[in-house]
Amino acid sequence: MAHAYKTRFGALDDYDKGRVEPVDDDVRHYAFSNCFEIANNSQPYEKVVFGQNQEYVLEVVRAEGDSPWYTCAHDEFALSMDGEAEIHFIDLDASQRVQDKEKEGAILVSAEPKGPVMGWVKIGRGHQAMLPAGAAYQFRAQSPAVIIMQTCKGELSIERWADICQSA
Amino acid sequence: MTNSHGYQDFTLGGFGFTRDEYFCHITWQTHDGRPMSHTMDAGNYLRALMRDVAWGFFYGWVNFDDVIGTVNHYATVDLFAGAYNGAMKTAGIDRLENFPTDDIRQVFEAMLADWTNADFDPFAAPQETGSPYGPKNGDNMPAITRARELARRCVGLEGDLALRTDESGAPVNRAFADVPQDKPEIHAEPGYENQVHAFNLFAFLSRSQVTWNPSFTSVVKNSFMCPTTEEHILPIIHGNDRVEWFFQMCDEIHWDCAHKDTGEPLARVIMKAGDMAAMPAYCRHQGYSPKRSMLLVWENGSPTLVDDIKSGAAPEVPVEF
Repeated sequence: MAHAYKTRFGALDDYDKGRVEPVDDDVRHYAFSNCFEIANNSQPYEKVVFGQNQEYVLEVVRAEGDSPWYTCAHDEFALSMDGEAEIHFIDLDASQRVQDKEKEGAILVSAEPKGPVMGWVKIGRGHQAMLPAGAAYQFRAQSPAVIIMQTCKGELSIERWADICQSA
Repeated sequence: MTNSHGYQDFTLGGFGFTRDEYFCHITWQTHDGRPMSHTMDAGNYLRALMRDVAWGFFYGWVNFDDVIGTVNHYATVDLFAGAYNGAMKTAGIDRLENFPTDDIRQVFEAMLADWTNADFDPFAAPQETGSPYGPKNGDNMPAITRARELARRCVGLEGDLALRTDESGAPVNRAFADVPQDKPEIHAEPGYENQVHAFNLFAFLSRSQVTWNPSFTSVVKNSFMCPTTEEHILPIIHGNDRVEWFFQMCDEIHWDCAHKDTGEPLARVIMKAGDMAAMPAYCRHQGYSPKRSMLLVWENGSPTLVDDIKSGAAPEVPVEF
């Protein structure tokens, strides 16, 4: 009989965090954190950077309720690590789009978004959605969800490394 | 030349390579002309060689073990023995030679093709492949010439990397039989079908047929999501030339981290579902995955980063705090 494996995912209310065990190094150099712990200590829709490599970042977002409307000059991606969220899209009017095509990271849409409705997706654990460049998007989550954003560091990105990373 | 076990012998610069039924042997001359040799288990050697070939020598150092490996300079490649082993370097018995990438690639590809027997798949987990041992017994070209799966924008978009299915020869792996195969709801208005898009990344990964071999699933400029499924031991000890980030998406991996130049131990990193960790650019690392797990390797493929590394401008640590 085949062995029945149990795949262990984490959740906002059920996770087991690992650790750095130093031998001869500074543990801060490993920037060790956990997305569920970060989400548990975040306000809804704070974009908390937990990975960065030059201009690129991975952010943890606690999705809860309706988010503001965002837009971005480049593609972004949203991966659910726990919970469900809808993401609604509008083909944003040119006047509301990011004017600087090189601008990095998401920004808030300055007023109610105008433009044709593109549609929406509903993602659950393990699902990844594309947030296409130039579109406006809004998250809607009835219960808290943990979203990982693949994007660039922008004006809404929050860095609090000393709070989220193992330091000793 | 074919030896008594049926395998070809190879040479590259001052290095010699032979295999027998159980082992691969590497020989070279030291700086003062003494003969030196090193022996690796044939399975371990072929698993490491497979990654080095498949990844185009990857970023930085691909250590096959504590003695031999390669360093990618992105037009040329160093092949070394003992050059990044503290004791061997101090003893002066190391060797390092630089080769044009095409030259070393051709020799490594030929070696991999000849030394991999019909029953052995160096990409597979040890429980999912036959034995690497014994005299020469055919080959396994389909297994060792798999194309890397690289999305240009996102998996599942029209014209981009396709989703994995039973029909495409990608059944759910035995260790991920409990991973839900559901799909996200997609409600695209007419004309927006290729922009309103989502897919089940975990289901995609549950159908991976290889271990320790990242694919690209989503791309933001030069930021590449490179998730992979891991089981048993990372067949190489990777010494990156840049900071590398790991995000553990399920189950766990234990990492040994050591100094890149000497192999002196630095830390252990125990990663469980939801954990994020960076590997500083001064370390080499090797992972152990007790159960098949999903790891997101997050890479920065910016072409300017190579110049930053050469000039010393690239940071060795992920963040300062």
